[in-house]
Amino acid sequence: MEKVFGRPNSLRNVATHYCPGCGHGIAHRLICEVVDELNIRERVIAVAPVGCAVIAYDYWDFDCSEAAHGRALAVATAIKRVHPETVVFTYQGDGDLAAIGTNETIHAANRGENLSVVFINNAIYGMTGGQMAPTTLLGQKTATTPSGRQAGSAGFPLKISEMLASLAGVYSVERASLHAPQEIVRAKKAIKQAFINQMENKGFSLVEVLSPCPTYWGMSPKEALDWIKDALIKEFPLGKLK
Amino acid sequence: MSNKILISGNEAMAEGAIQAGCAFYAGYPITPQNEIPAYMASRMPEAGGVFIQAESELAAINMVFGASAAGVRAMTSSSGPGISLKQEGISYLAGAELPAVIVNVMRGGPGLGNIAPSQADYFQATRSGGHGDYHCLVLAPASVQEAYDLMPLAFELADKYRSPAIVLADGVLGQMMEPLVTSPRHKVTKSPEKPWALTGCKDRPANIVKSFYIREGDLERFNLLLQKKYKAIQDKEARYEGLNLEDAGVILVAYGTMARIAKSGMLKLRQKGKRAGLIRPITLWPFPQKVFQRLTVHGKQYTKRIIFLVVEMSYGQMVEDVKLAVDGRAKVEFLGRSGGGIPTENDVIKAVSRLIR
Repeated sequence: MEKVFGRPNSLRNVATHYCPGCGHGIAHRLICEVVDELNIRERVIAVAPVGCAVIAYDYWDFDCSEAAHGRALAVATAIKRVHPETVVFTYQGDGDLAAIGTNETIHAANRGENLSVVFINNAIYGMTGGQMAPTTLLGQKTATTPSGRQAGSAGFPLKISEMLASLAGVYSVERASLHAPQEIVRAKKAIKQAFINQMENKGFSLVEVLSPCPTYWGMSPKEALDWIKDALIKEFPLGKLK
Repeated sequence: MSNKILISGNEAMAEGAIQAGCAFYAGYPITPQNEIPAYMASRMPEAGGVFIQAESELAAINMVFGASAAGVRAMTSSSGPGISLKQEGISYLAGAELPAVIVNVMRGGPGLGNIAPSQADYFQATRSGGHGDYHCLVLAPASVQEAYDLMPLAFELADKYRSPAIVLADGVLGQMMEPLVTSPRHKVTKSPEKPWALTGCKDRPANIVKSFYIREGDLERFNLLLQKKYKAIQDKEARYEGLNLEDAGVILVAYGTMARIAKSGMLKLRQKGKRAGLIRPITLWPFPQKVFQRLTVHGKQYTKRIIFLVVEMSYGQMVEDVKLAVDGRAKVEFLGRSGGGIPTENDVIKAVSRLIR
């Protein structure tokens, strides 16, 4: 019988530590499918974040580097400059990429580094226990906004992808989501294109992926998917930004 | 073939790095080390390496982390305030066992301080300036020639022990020009094979560069391995220059620019028949403890009469290491100024004369 679906070669055959309904497992898998399809497992180098995906290298079966919180794009910049023939990508959450690492993000993008970025936006800090993220919605309750995020004291959801799209050094920015099967297919396509862009020396490509965090949103997995569709997408509309 | 040129200490360190096979430099402007990035910006592309002016010291040191993880000899340079920012990355380099060279051309602190020469970052360099239980190798040149010569050694030791190495210079050494013979006296060793480096996992299992050990017991086991490495470094890599030690009643202890001043003071004292000597640590970590032990143990007659006079461009940092090495077996005195002040040759001569009387 023909096998039509299986685990990607690049994905290790281990259980993940992620919570039920978390989006990271799906995003990890999409990357591995893309790596397999592009046949680049032997020349891809990943830079893992600090956050829930800190041990992504335990799941991906290709070369990976750790980076200090927020510094993934500085680390990736150097790896790619040293080995231009490799395919280098970072995988970063909203706190990593858009709060503590904003400077590294903007400047790697502005230099037009030939890198691919998978930016997981779940509007919360997961690993540390559900604190406010730069992308947390107004009114959203978190451990550090117990009565909901107030613009007056905590500012507004940061649209870093829109900011990056305005930079001359950036080749491509797209926002996708994991809340429904057809969206997951689109997210994979966007990630694949970001890798192809790098292989064709087009420059800096970023895919923002809206991803569920049922645990710290205080929802069931199904409710979390609905909340992306009904609330998160309104603040962070899907599609190509550049 | 050797070639004699007139060059600043900063440029000498940059060229020394190039000669050592450094293939990656990232840095951010700060006085008094700006000649290093400027030199690297033009010289690194000629040498086939990568130069990046980073957006911050944080980015620069984390770029060095990436370049080192990718397997090439990599360095950054800065001065006090910038070195403070780099501590995050230095801790990660130590934790991920990545070799790298960090040059600190020390200026006055704390805070923004000033741009005058200083030796006030000794604690930061030798006590692991970042978080966690680690050490960096620390080399302290005292001339432009030595600033050049120590760069290949710094890269070699960093590679050998898979550890960050700091070259601790100061504003005088960085800025002053001296003749330099450009064939390195220290034989340059090639970068060793790095099977752990990230190059793409062709024909081998995937490599992971990390400092994260979350499972119970793993981090303690890793830290014990680090300690074993540090013990080996302490046993094998301590270096110093000793002058007129065997009959000395007062032994000056100084490093870097301060050692130059202490040395000329010591030589003048000798001309007057005063028995002064000098210990100039070349490695600050590991600190050259054994010479202090040799001079103060073994029951030599003069042992009890030796006085160590530590001279620093700080208000007393290396003096703590001298006291630890001497361990109460001899008197340890201190002379120092900080914040731009430098003890003069006369200050040294007066202080020794008081002690020797």
